[in-house]
Parts: sequence; C-alpha cells; structure tokens
Amino acid sequence: MKNPQLNNHGELRHLLTTEGLPAGIVRDILDRAATFLDAADGREIKKIPLLHGKAVFNLFFENSTRTRTTFEIAAKRLSADVVNLNIGSSSTNKGETLLDTVDNLCAMHAHMFVVRHAQSGAAHFIARHVAPEVHVINAGDGRHAHPTQALLDMFTIRHYKKEFHNLRVAIVGDVLHSRVARSQIHALTTLGVPEVRVVAPKTLLPAMVGNLGVHVYHDMAQGLKDVDVVLMLRLQNERMTGALLPSAQEYFKYYGLTQEKLALAKPDAIVMHPGPMNRGVEIDSSVADGTHSVILSQVTFGIAVRMAVMSMLAGAK
Amino acid sequence: MNIQIKNGRLIDPKNNLDAQQDLFIAAGMIAAIGSAPPGFAAEKVIDAAGLVVAPGLIDLAARLREPGYEYKATLESEMDAAAAGGVTSLACPPDTDPPLDEPGLVEMLKHRAKNLSRAHLYPVGALTTALQGCELTEMAELADAGCVAFSQADAPLTDTRVLLRAMQYAATFGFSVWLRPQDSFLARDGVAHDGEVASRCGLPAIPVCAETIALSTMLALAQETGAKLHVCRISSAAGVEMVRAAKRQGLAVTCDVSQNHVHLSETDIGFFDPNCHLIPPLRSLRDRAALRAGLLDGTIDAICSNHAPVDDDAKQLPFAEAEAGATGLELLLPLLLKWARDEDIPLLPALAKATQQPAKILGLDAGHLSVGAAADICVFDPKAYWKVEPVALKSQGKNTPFTGLEVQGRVRYTLVDGQVVYQSA
Repeated sequence: MKNPQLNNHGELRHLLTTEGLPAGIVRDILDRAATFLDAADGREIKKIPLLHGKAVFNLFFENSTRTRTTFEIAAKRLSADVVNLNIGSSSTNKGETLLDTVDNLCAMHAHMFVVRHAQSGAAHFIARHVAPEVHVINAGDGRHAHPTQALLDMFTIRHYKKEFHNLRVAIVGDVLHSRVARSQIHALTTLGVPEVRVVAPKTLLPAMVGNLGVHVYHDMAQGLKDVDVVLMLRLQNERMTGALLPSAQEYFKYYGLTQEKLALAKPDAIVMHPGPMNRGVEIDSSVADGTHSVILSQVTFGIAVRMAVMSMLAGAK
Repeated sequence: MNIQIKNGRLIDPKNNLDAQQDLFIAAGMIAAIGSAPPGFAAEKVIDAAGLVVAPGLIDLAARLREPGYEYKATLESEMDAAAAGGVTSLACPPDTDPPLDEPGLVEMLKHRAKNLSRAHLYPVGALTTALQGCELTEMAELADAGCVAFSQADAPLTDTRVLLRAMQYAATFGFSVWLRPQDSFLARDGVAHDGEVASRCGLPAIPVCAETIALSTMLALAQETGAKLHVCRISSAAGVEMVRAAKRQGLAVTCDVSQNHVHLSETDIGFFDPNCHLIPPLRSLRDRAALRAGLLDGTIDAICSNHAPVDDDAKQLPFAEAEAGATGLELLLPLLLKWARDEDIPLLPALAKATQQPAKILGLDAGHLSVGAAADICVFDPKAYWKVEPVALKSQGKNTPFTGLEVQGRVRYTLVDGQVVYQSA
C-alpha cells in the first residue's frame, strides 16, 4: 500500500498522521520550526512570504476555536490568504455531501485544506479526493490522529530535553478516545524514545494498545516512576455518562496529576497538556501552573510547527 | 427446450460425481446423464469442453433491496447479477422497507421474481413485526406465502424472552430460525473489530464477546426450544469453536460464513477503505484462519455472498459514516474457487459449500444434478482469469473490497429450470 502522505519523490504531500512518517521528515519539520522562532529568546515569530498568494481553507466540521486559531495565525505569518469554514458537527445533516463540499472548495482554487472532523479517517478520505495540487493537513479526525499536536509536543520535548533516545515518557488519561495520544505514540516511537508508557484505567485504553509499542500501566504511581516527560490528556465530561468512569472526583484521585504524584517522576521532568485543561479533573492547578509545566510553551511552539508543516507542503512538487 | 450440454466436466457434490459426461435437459429438468434418453433430439447444444458443469449456486444471503431501497438496487438488476454469477437460488433477508413481515409483501416479491424468470427466490421472513424485536410475525401465514425461514437480519433482538417465544413458536411448525449472533449493547456504535487496526485507527470497536455472548444465548435457547437454528455470518474463532462444540453435542444447528470473511481481515481496512466497512466486522487474521478451519471440518456448512448493494453516495463517506455492505453475487463463484485453491481443496467438496449444503439448510430439493431434478445449472470456466471492475458488474451496487483483484473462474452459462438465463460473451 502506498503511503498516502508522500508524493512520488518521497516528499510530504499531505500531513494526515504521524504513523509511518519517516523520521527524517519529522526531524525536518522540527528543524524548520526552529528557524521560525527568534534565536534570541525562542519566542518571537517572524512574518515571511512563503505562502504569499496561496489560499488556505480551515475546514472545521467540528468546533475548535483554539486549534483553528493557531492554524490561522500560522498561515497568516506565512502570508497566505486564510478562509475559515465552520461546517458544524456533521456534514451529512447539512444536505451537501462531504465530497461536494471538497469539490467546491477545490474549484475555488484552494491550495491547502486544514481539516478537523469527528470521524476517524476523514482526513484520509478527503486527501484521496482532492485535486492533485491541493494539500491536506489533518487538524484532528475522530479518535485517529492529530499530527500537528504531536509534532509540536515533539518540538517541546526536544526544546527542553535535547535528545529522544534517553527518555522515558508517560501518556496519562483517556487514550481510547484520544487522537492526540495515538499521534504522540507514533511520533515518540519514530523518534527513538526507548520507553513510552500509557497510564489509564482499562475502560480508557484501546483493546490492543500494547501493539502500538507502549508499556501499559493502570497504577499512576508506577506509571510515573522516573519518567522524564508527562503527557497529560484531556478527559471529556461525557466519559462519565457512558459507564466508562464513575465520577470526575474518583478519576482525579487515581489519575489526576498532583504535585505528590509528579514527585515520583524525575526531578527535572516536564509536564505537558494539549489543552484545553480540566483543572481538578486530570490535572491539579498547582501542577498546571507549576515549575515543571511547559504547557504555554507548547502553544507558542505550536504556531512555529504549523508554519513549518505548511511551508513544507507548499514546497513539495 | 431440449438442451444437450456436451463434453463438460460434471461436478455434483450431492451425488459425489466428478466425471466428463454429457447432460441432457428436457421440459426444464435433467432428463439424463451420460447418454441421451430415447428419442431425445437436442434443440440446442452447449459445448462445455474445458468447462465445469455444476449445480447452480445457492446463496443464503442476497439483499435485492426491494421493496423500499430501489435506489440501491432493484430486483431486475440483482437478478441479472445472480444469473451472471451462476446463482440459481437465493435466500433474501427480511431487512427491506417495509420488512418482510406480512404475507402480501412476500407474495408480491415472489411474484415479481417469478415474472423475471431468473433465479429462484426464497424470502426469509421477519421473525418479529417490523424487525423490532417485540411481537411475533404470523410465521405460519408467511410460510404459506413462501418464506423458508425466519430471521431478524441485522436488526437487534435484545429481549431474550421474545427470542425464546419466537423460537418456541417457530419450533411448533418446524420452521428454521436464522440469527446473526451479535449483542447489540456491546456492538453499539461499533464499526470495526476490537483489535489491532481499530486500536491504531481509533475506530469504534465491536468486541468478539458481542458475538460469543449472543451465540451462547441462541444456542441455549435452541437447546431449550428444539428450534432449528441457523447461525448466520459467523466471524470469530471463538464463535466457530462454540458452534463446533454445539454440533458435537448433537444440537440441530447449522452455520454460514460470508465470502468476505473467508478472504479478508481487519488489516484490509488499510487507510480507512469504506469498502471494508462490513457487517459483521472483518476480524483478525487468526479469526480468518479459524473460519477457514471451520469450513474444512464442516463446522461451517456454507459460504454465502452476503450480497448488500450500497449506492455510491452512501459509501463515499468517512469509514464509520459509510454504509456497511458490499456487492457479492457475481463474486461467489470466483471467491469460492479462490478459497479452494488457497486451501488445496478439490472442486467437488468446495462446490458443496454453495450448492448441496445451502440447499440442505433451506430444506430444498435443489443444488444437485440428479436425473429428474430441475435443470438449475452453472457452467463455468475454472481457469479463466478476470479482473473485478465495478463498472463491469451487473449489480447496481458497485462497491466491493475485491475491486481490482484478479480472480479465476468465470461463469459461461447459467440455466434456471432448463432455460439459459445467462450466457457470457
């Protein structure tokens, strides 16, 4: 099966998932993102004309102000024309089919689609159908993948830890429903992290999560022991209604990240979260705002990483 | 019309016949095998040199989409597909709109099929009214109208007391109950096997225990009621083992598997191919191996096409939103032959899985080449290669996970009641 993300020259044509992405391309993205950050303080992002005259369509079938905004800022910093389309939760109840929507936007000379959709595989589906000159970036499809989030997480880890080959990383929370977790796992293993752990109750883990190359922990104290990086996942409130968890209180007691549990990790461990956070559910405020937290850096780096992805796609043949 | 089929290799599993012999048809029936009956004058001679002359195939699950879903397929289009696939008898599940829960509908369907004079149609009646799992249908009336068995198709029947009563009532009249084992709570929202692929792709999953729990319920109720149970579309290794054990204990249970599950597994989903969104879900390679072993040792009696034509608009969607199902009638023969080649099984026992065995499950005197039997015959070239191309299929449903596959075995002639209903160019 041909890798649908790469063109015939082996260059990135779409970014759909971190699974099967060559390590070289991942490193290129991270290196390029670094060039968009000012060397002096690592904060300021310069405006450059790489996507001048190109139209980037933010195609959001599922609401997400936050992710959409970071893509919008990234595209504008690259001088692209940005069009935001919030199509709502489902394409099918609007009359127009998803394919018709895509065809219409291609006819408007879109250059790039940034797609968020509630169904796993939606970005692959759209990538299969777009005109050859159009690029697709997956901004989250169902429970499947959220590659730019995972890449910005890798950028953040590299920024603070320099290397990947000596790290122990724990992903904590609702892995079952998380596209972020799946993308993080593939990115971490691709970059050579020797030990990736997932920590969650059995109701929040996919049946064969071990086959993704992770070690499974149900006890958070054991799962966090001596880790370098803690990747927290967001817990949706609706998990309480589907008989997956009894209550937010019990979840916080056993799987919420507190100072006490964090003390089991390495002294210089960093704490990350893709946002938006549920304080007091998966993470205690004192940890979220504490010295180990690099959560706000993630947001800043996110713009640089999305700029890197967009400019790489635009440069592909 | 008097027809002579000469020089062909006759394969008839029921009569354990595999030999080069001529076959003579008169008045819609097989008049003789070997030498012509006295006074026989052929009006048409079919030269079957290099071809196999077999009983017409019998498909236990072919959705024709009438009434109610004519935009997906029509009786005409699907009966054409059956003829092109060498299928001369087919059972259609009751999940039409409205469902086959009253005699008038069944009579109409049978009448329409009869006028088309292609394959014989055997409707499977709804077990409960509107397939809602609450009230029993008029099974005896439905049987008088032509229903050969009773089923919930893929609709859930969650109330086990209703299932008990339905099986008791069916057993009163000796009717067969056809059930696909799936616990609807465990399968809720699921679109793929709860295995490696669903874990990786983030697809809502259906665990194997959805099959085994439902299967255990229906086997216990069959034991309790004495009803004849036919287990439809078994999909898992654990399920096969349960049917094997039930058969060993002497329970009157039969079992079929869809051709999709004989050949595919969850890994074929690849990059979210909606053509692999099927009911039941494609399971692991280990499950597929167990299904094949079950076919070999007779635990699984028959292979069916599980033909379910779907219109393009319903299929051209992200995996979970795409309607489940695949066209299959025209692939039944080549996929049966592929399985036989893969497993190194001779043609005779392989063909039994789509002729003699399904006839037995349906309680039909069909699926064999005995003198005096209806001349329902499939003449095929076992060596001819062809590529599965959606546009070339007669079925109105063009979606199949086998698109692009090079298959072997092509139907040359299909005869129903001694009439040639299909002849390849």
